[in-house]
Amino acid sequence: MTVKAIHGEYPVVMMDSVDRFHGNQLVYIGWDYHTSISTANAYPLPPDMPFAALTGAVLPSVLGPHPEFPLIEWDKVEWMLDGKLFHPNMGLSLKDNGIGHKSLIRFRTPGLKGYNNTGN
Amino acid sequence: MSDGKVFMIFQDTADARPFIEALTQENPAATIIHQPGMIRFEAMGEIGITRAVVEELAGRDVDLQELHLTLISLSGNIDEDDDYFRITRH
Amino acid sequence: MAKKLNMRKRYELLTRGLGWEPTYQSKEKVFSNESYEGIKITDWSKWEDPFRLTIDAYWKYQAEKDKKLYAVMDSFAQNNAHLNLADATYVNALKLFIQGVTPLEYQAHRGFARLARQFSGEGAQIACQMQSLDELRHTQTQIHTISHYNKHFNGMHDPFHMHDRVWYLSVPKSYFDDAKSAGPFEFITSVSFAFEYLLTNLLFVPFMSGAAFNGDMATVTFGFSAQSDESRHMTLGLELIKFLLEQHEDNIPIVQGWIDKHFWRAYRVLALVSAMQDYMLPESPMSWKEAWEIYFVENAGALFNDLARYGLRMPKYHEQATAEAEHLSHQVWGTLYNYAHAASMHFWLPDEKKMDWLSEKYPNTFDKYYRPRYEMWAQMAKEGKRFQNGGLPQLCQVCQVPMLFTEVSKDDPMQISYRSSEFNGEKFHTCSDGCKDIFDHEPEKYVHAWLPVHQIFQGNCGGAAIPDILNWYHFKPEDGGDYAGSADETRWKAMHGETTGAASSDTESAEEKAAA
Repeated sequence: MTVKAIHGEYPVVMMDSVDRFHGNQLVYIGWDYHTSISTANAYPLPPDMPFAALTGAVLPSVLGPHPEFPLIEWDKVEWMLDGKLFHPNMGLSLKDNGIGHKSLIRFRTPGLKGYNNTGN
Repeated sequence: MSDGKVFMIFQDTADARPFIEALTQENPAATIIHQPGMIRFEAMGEIGITRAVVEELAGRDVDLQELHLTLISLSGNIDEDDDYFRITRH
Repeated sequence: MAKKLNMRKRYELLTRGLGWEPTYQSKEKVFSNESYEGIKITDWSKWEDPFRLTIDAYWKYQAEKDKKLYAVMDSFAQNNAHLNLADATYVNALKLFIQGVTPLEYQAHRGFARLARQFSGEGAQIACQMQSLDELRHTQTQIHTISHYNKHFNGMHDPFHMHDRVWYLSVPKSYFDDAKSAGPFEFITSVSFAFEYLLTNLLFVPFMSGAAFNGDMATVTFGFSAQSDESRHMTLGLELIKFLLEQHEDNIPIVQGWIDKHFWRAYRVLALVSAMQDYMLPESPMSWKEAWEIYFVENAGALFNDLARYGLRMPKYHEQATAEAEHLSHQVWGTLYNYAHAASMHFWLPDEKKMDWLSEKYPNTFDKYYRPRYEMWAQMAKEGKRFQNGGLPQLCQVCQVPMLFTEVSKDDPMQISYRSSEFNGEKFHTCSDGCKDIFDHEPEKYVHAWLPVHQIFQGNCGGAAIPDILNWYHFKPEDGGDYAGSADETRWKAMHGETTGAASSDTESAEEKAAA
């Protein structure tokens, strides 16, 4: 349904279109059952960045302080991309892994269910 | 009268006293709950005051609209005139 | 002398017959906002203000309210009554209030001024005019009251500037922007009914009672003074709904849609209030959950029973809001703790006494989910590794709250709730079914959201580094972070004759001395 307007058609301005991010695209990444981190985080990332840089550099910079982070076995992690199970190729770029602007990546860490298994 | 709950909340101040006492007197079935700074009256279906009672308690002429000065909140449908103020559920 | 008129007659004479039929412009042009939303009004004279307050009585009572309030504020300042607060951590609730709520009062003032101009019915014009003045009064009295605290504590120096820019303040701001950029009938349904009638008691009543409990008589007085106007506003909200439904049956689905939308929007704003109530009040007379039960579940339940005969039902997703009451304040407080370094107020971990109170008030959730979180953070802080989130959060496209809410209704309370939609080839993320429905109904509107996190990444917020952004917000370095070790804490201790840097056991004994 369209927005009702007093005069004419309601204009549409895409406030977060990819061209506004200086060559980056937005990617959201959330660690399931680790709610002490509160939310998925938003990252502006180059689409050509290899996926391995996420696990090697990007995530440690933000999630690193969580006591369970150093225990993650990355080859056992279960990934989801935009709501679907996903098997990333670590060597390929974000783009070539099918990760688009404003994609949501979620991951689960078998055996790690948050501080004392409380989902934190 | 329905069984829906109505309430009125007043500031716990001297200015509100005649209204609080009138509510207490005229609505014996109401529950009175004291909380810091305020007093809450709850009842099923209806709650109200009449001017004559408020005037008697205040010892002076009272315009019932003075309750605007100390009323904090209410829930229900208002029925108001010079001589009474009521809140009801339909 | 002529006989005194009774209330009904007086109200009728002072609120009717004041309008006129325009001759050199059409009525549709003079009241150009009145019809485009699809609301059908057949007879404005059926509008009735149940309070029957006329403008002469209005001035008289408002002047009286202000006189009383300013007398309290004067004596509060004269007696340095801020020294009587239960604890200076309490002041952080006032910071959130002046930054988050007071600018909304001003927005409401402007919104109702527009309605007073755009409604063609005189009764409604007068009610909206009074409310517009009330909201301006609230803005002013809140600024005056809190300015006393601004002399002694940080973070309250530029609330209107902050309101327009700061990430957590975009939550209340965007709610009002949403309502104000809608038509007049949607605005009044949103503000007067969904917010004021259904939810405002939750902001003013238990919170102000809490202020009394914690020794803040000035805030209690402005809060209850504002709330006394609120009784009239709530009545206006209810009257408006009944009026719209009685005017035309075609109005029913439109009004129901607005109630669904704005209940959810307003409820999401109140997430901040839940944290204020459960965590920022050193002594809480009532938990968020208890307040929700009384002021929403009971009250709204009775109200919608009344409204059922007009064909209205309870707002969509109200059950979800009730289920979330067990989790809400803890989730919000945890998020604020994550980002304390980017706030203009202080946060802290609840102490043992507070945690025991929370366990008692939240027996199903606190010990199971949230106490362990605080214990983990306390342990980390003890090891010198105070947990903070080094990134920026994903925000909901509609409510703009960081996407912290979980799948409480699906019995999976430690899993973040993610919803998404597509529009114009782009993905949009929402925090709940409620926000997703709102987005999907008017995607063209919500793609315009000014999401603070995205704006930072686009380079529109003063720079890329956190200090540059905080500077752009007009935050000072000493405004945020943990309460322990803050300039506020140092000053509070100095006010009570304590030396700073004392070990905590010494501090307690000094406080006891001061109290004795």
